[in-house]
Amino acid sequence: MVKEEHEWTIEADSSLFDLKLTEVWAYRDLLVLLVRRDFVSFYKQTILGPLWFFIQPLFTTIIFTFIFGNLAGISTDSLPKPLFYMAGITAWNYFADCLTKTSSVFKDNAAIFGKVYFPRLIMPLSIVVSNLVRFGVQMALFLILMAYYYISGAHFGISWAICLFPIIVILMALLGLGAGMIISAMTTKYRDLAFLITFGVQLLMYATTVIYPLSEAIKKYPAYAWIIEYNPMTPIIETFRYGFLGEGSFSWFSLGYATMVTIVLLLFGTLVFNKVERNFVDTV
Amino acid sequence: MSDIAIKVENLSKAYQLGQIGTGTISRDLERWYARIRGKEDPFLRIGESNDQNTKSESDVVWSLKDINFEIEQGDAVGIIGRNGAGKSTLLKILSKVTAPTTGKISGRGRIASLLEVGTGFHPELSGRENIFLNGAILGMRKKEIQRKLDEIVDFAGIERYLDTPVKRYSSGMYVRLAFAVAAHLESEILIVDEVLAVGDAEFQKKCLGKMGEVSKGEGRTVLFVSHNMDSINRLCKNALLLSKGENVGIGKTSDIIKKYNDSDAIRNECYFKNQYIKYLKIDQIEDNVILECKYENCAEFFFPCLGFVVNDANNHKIFGTNPKLQPPQQAIIKSDKGILRVLITNPKLLNGTYNISIWFGDGTTDYFFEENILSFEILNMVRYAEDTSASDNGPIAPEVKWHQILH
Repeated sequence: MVKEEHEWTIEADSSLFDLKLTEVWAYRDLLVLLVRRDFVSFYKQTILGPLWFFIQPLFTTIIFTFIFGNLAGISTDSLPKPLFYMAGITAWNYFADCLTKTSSVFKDNAAIFGKVYFPRLIMPLSIVVSNLVRFGVQMALFLILMAYYYISGAHFGISWAICLFPIIVILMALLGLGAGMIISAMTTKYRDLAFLITFGVQLLMYATTVIYPLSEAIKKYPAYAWIIEYNPMTPIIETFRYGFLGEGSFSWFSLGYATMVTIVLLLFGTLVFNKVERNFVDTV
Repeated sequence: MSDIAIKVENLSKAYQLGQIGTGTISRDLERWYARIRGKEDPFLRIGESNDQNTKSESDVVWSLKDINFEIEQGDAVGIIGRNGAGKSTLLKILSKVTAPTTGKISGRGRIASLLEVGTGFHPELSGRENIFLNGAILGMRKKEIQRKLDEIVDFAGIERYLDTPVKRYSSGMYVRLAFAVAAHLESEILIVDEVLAVGDAEFQKKCLGKMGEVSKGEGRTVLFVSHNMDSINRLCKNALLLSKGENVGIGKTSDIIKKYNDSDAIRNECYFKNQYIKYLKIDQIEDNVILECKYENCAEFFFPCLGFVVNDANNHKIFGTNPKLQPPQQAIIKSDKGILRVLITNPKLLNGTYNISIWFGDGTTDYFFEENILSFEILNMVRYAEDTSASDNGPIAPEVKWHQILH
């Protein structure tokens, strides 16, 4: 074995902009193993196994179809209701999972973090990638539902914007990661945010176009629609729907806006995360 | 090869006592305001040493204060000190789990730290999966673990259970597996907290053997925290003594252990108020152990009577006696105050820590009884060819004569 002589220092203050990305790269195997752990341990000792990934979006779609679609009669842009809702739920779930899981990363891993050092960024990254596996399974379900409606001759069409799908997934992941890291950094000291987040994510869903189309919101509440429009998740979900189902308000401007917000949150999140990571063991 | 592996300069670490919560926002704002004006942190100014027994005004405590030392490459250094002396904090900072408040550490070589065995083990995953996961958490690449897998499994002795979830392991197997992973990490510096305390005696021996191999055979640097002076003495050439967060001494292990025993770390003497006994002390003087007891206000006593039982570190009784079982050569007479001295002639105790329980009374009733009230350390009372301690073959060296009868 080649003996690497590598020198290191531990100091009280570190540069705010030292993101330790090379170190993260050196630990890439850990990332893979953590993702594997999350996936395998999720369905160990269950009968249905990975099928559980399907059950939650399926039932939510059914319930939304009955309550918001039939009972409340909210328009779905002339799309088949289950298809409309499932598109929203699949995308929203991925973002929401990334956000909530990342925001409690310090609290959940205090035991490991308190005993061994590895670049802490690995943990939130592994969460985002683990959820990607889950998202993939739910996407498959969504595609099956699309195929079913296509065969039964429902009115919808795939548009060119489907090519933006990879970008949308990356945006959702990074937005959840960035916002989650900011919250996680603050929850180490102020636990209040932990309560806020579970409830806040639910509220945020109603401020995003998951159960209604943006056009409908603008038509009915022109004075308050800006709240929905400024929510960076709205353009993402609208683009997602426009790509796969051919309906939705797509604009380059709003998608560009969402990208900007994502980049800013991600940079800021990484900075505070790295700052807090060094001493959080003492306060958590 | 006398390169410096670790160099610690002016290292300090402050902890905040009490509740962290309400009021932290205003305090944080105050701190931040002080910092932008270029002033010192208003809440760190009044620091004091970490004496856990005394309560004080300031709620900031210095767990480590101005620590300086250097460790040479290939050296095995034991870190000793009483509970709360800052040993674990020092290891935590060295392992980068938490950052120091001030100061700097520089070093050379990869660090593997074992502050706890089995960090990151997932109960649902199999032994094999956990070896990979734990190895990766400790900083190994997948290829590296693959290469060492057989060695690790062999060391842990869990081959049959390799594909069983670790939640079905016995606690011994769990610890063995966890130590095996860490011990096979290819690092230049190995940091070990008192993790060996959990395994059985045989496994502890195996771990110590492995650590000895690592430091002597492979020339790696080892830092080892333990309360067991015997393992420190056996494993480490040098030792560092911490007391209340300060570096009290670094040097040859035997000297430092002596210093530790002389300090208040091991309570080998004791003062009392409002008791018949004023003062108790126990010491190893060459090959003998001497117990001393000063008593007062015993005018109504028939005669002052002292009994004792010596226990080993696991609290098993080894021996004990009193003047009724073994009458004194020179009769003990009635007296108001005085000193009783017990000379235990060459008890042939092996290296280790021992505790003593004391009874004191008037010859018919015991007015004073305290279990394990004093502790003492035995070092080199028995000179075997090989370094042997109480945990190896029991605490006492028998007197034996070997005969061979040939037919």
